[in-house]
Amino acid sequence: MSRPILEVSGLTMRFGGLLAVNGVGLTVHDKQVVSMIGPNGAGKTTVFNCLTGFYQPTSGEILLDGEAIQGLPGHKIARKGVVRTFQNVRLFKDMTAVENLLVAQHRHLNTGFISGLLKTKAFRESEHEAMDFAAHWLEQVNLTDIANRPAGTLAYGQQRRLEIARCMMTRPRILMLDEPAAGLNPRETEDLKALIGMLRDTHGVTVLLIEHDMKLVMSISDHIVVINQGCPLADGTPEQIRDNPDVIKAYLGEA
Amino acid sequence: MTLHLRTAFFSALLVIAVAVPVFGLKLTTVGIKVEVHGAEASTFWIIAACAVAMFFWQLVRTRLAAGWAASPSLPTIPAGAGNFFTLPSTQRYIIIGLVLVALAWPFFGSRGAVDIATLILIYVMLGLGLNIVVGLAGLLDLGYVGFYAVGAYTYALLSHYYGFGFWLSLPIAGAMAALFGFLLGFPVLRLRGDYLAIVTLGFGEIIRLLLRNMTELTGGPNGISGIDKPTLFGLSFDRRAAEGMQTFHEFFGVDYASINKVIFLYLIALLLVLLTLFVINRLLRMPIGRAWEALREDEIACRALGMNPTVIKLSAFTIGATFAGFAGSFFAARQGLVSPESFTFIESAIILAIVVLGGMGSQLGVILAAIVMILLPELMREFSEYRMLMFGAMMVLMMIWRPQGLLPMQRPHLELKR
Repeated sequence: MSRPILEVSGLTMRFGGLLAVNGVGLTVHDKQVVSMIGPNGAGKTTVFNCLTGFYQPTSGEILLDGEAIQGLPGHKIARKGVVRTFQNVRLFKDMTAVENLLVAQHRHLNTGFISGLLKTKAFRESEHEAMDFAAHWLEQVNLTDIANRPAGTLAYGQQRRLEIARCMMTRPRILMLDEPAAGLNPRETEDLKALIGMLRDTHGVTVLLIEHDMKLVMSISDHIVVINQGCPLADGTPEQIRDNPDVIKAYLGEA
Repeated sequence: MTLHLRTAFFSALLVIAVAVPVFGLKLTTVGIKVEVHGAEASTFWIIAACAVAMFFWQLVRTRLAAGWAASPSLPTIPAGAGNFFTLPSTQRYIIIGLVLVALAWPFFGSRGAVDIATLILIYVMLGLGLNIVVGLAGLLDLGYVGFYAVGAYTYALLSHYYGFGFWLSLPIAGAMAALFGFLLGFPVLRLRGDYLAIVTLGFGEIIRLLLRNMTELTGGPNGISGIDKPTLFGLSFDRRAAEGMQTFHEFFGVDYASINKVIFLYLIALLLVLLTLFVINRLLRMPIGRAWEALREDEIACRALGMNPTVIKLSAFTIGATFAGFAGSFFAARQGLVSPESFTFIESAIILAIVVLGGMGSQLGVILAAIVMILLPELMREFSEYRMLMFGAMMVLMMIWRPQGLLPMQRPHLELKR
């Protein structure tokens, strides 16, 4: 077993009188695919929002490689290599596909204001590299043909893949996908599964997943965390979760 | 039909309600008092006729529109032409053409024409600067004139107290405005939309009131006068040079002509506008330009990708303010006099109107809108008191027919070449 890259313990998020997340714990090891499942409104996305700094958790500890990151603003956490997608696609719709990928590299482009104004050699080289990197990932997600089309005009499945490619532009260590298969047809879901597998195996990315498609979750996950009404319900390998009576009860109701 | 009747009735009433106070009442000074008199009877008859005409127009309007649609339409501009004019490459050629015209302008135009053109250039610069903040970064800034004032007073104070020349003060004024943009931006850029607009509006007013009330430093409402005019490498354009200086006409051995000074000022303004155009053109194609657009579209996604929204907004705010600073110091040099009354809210509103009228983010649009906005009031001088009325009407019509602005621009897209 490799060392844990992300350790979450006692994560609690309270919105006034509502306890949305209550004492959730999570351990993610390097190069694993970990899924978080649970009925609608269980607090999965709230956990994501706490992990990525969009919410400040009420209490609890989030350790990334042993370093506490709870309470940091979102962009700082993203810079530490924790990058997420959203339930609804959040592409820059008026920009072309390739420009979406260039924007995401913003932080990695070390071009000063002056060198950009004067179009120096360093500036052109850095832009060129960014373009190459973007082209490489467009090919990986099979979107090279529509590279110059505005992102808003792409088919839904293409937008989903573009969003994942955009995350990869920031060279993340943990990729957090919030319902990536929602709205995809079975073939596209298969493609997504292959893509997630490739991200982990070829690019060494750890993937944290929220998903309702059980077939996808069961076939791809190394580890599954079940959340119900904000509380951790179960935690284990796909086989353990499949046979867990509590999980079955939470999903199917009392027998 | 009843609905039409009611709409028609109220439209007619509206005509009367608007026209009677505006046209029907006249203020006359009798001795030291002002008295209100009714206009001549004919005026009232005209108003009544207009109201009746409006009544019938509203009644038959929908039927007329239907009739129009049925009749063969006039040849319209082909759809492709609109697209053609919004292409960045086309707009670039048009801008180059305009610059050539602008270069030739002072040598053919009259003194008054050159003077107005200089004023237009100041507003082009301001419009282009605000366009960065509003059009590119999507931050509604209603206090832009504050930075303009900072630039103008920087040069005025430096010239008044330390005798700094224009060329030395220009970068300092830009830097000061940038500093103010940075200082203001830091706390307020967490705000969004309407809140940001209100805070910037307050900032613009604070600057003006400060300048007005710090009497011992800024001269209060009287402002600062006697600001030096720019020189050409130390050559003054005055009739007689100050001590230790030479004048332009002496140096080149030509006769003194006062228009030379006007032309020189015009050329400086043109130079500053060209610099602004160049910088903005580069910014659009730089990572920061892309980041501004991304931030305008989706701030949350930007944060998730590790971009710091505050820094990106701050850069837009600061760069926009710098150009206002340049414009301000040029304004001070041209007028030779600055006073707080030059920097009222209405200036901010005019600059914002230029940006919106021209088409957000479009440089050519801003240039055209600045020409329209400054030139029209000048041309409409003979309509005297109705000038602002016509100006307002024009803005309303404009927003109905072309809400996207005179000439919106498609952004230059980066292409992946295969």
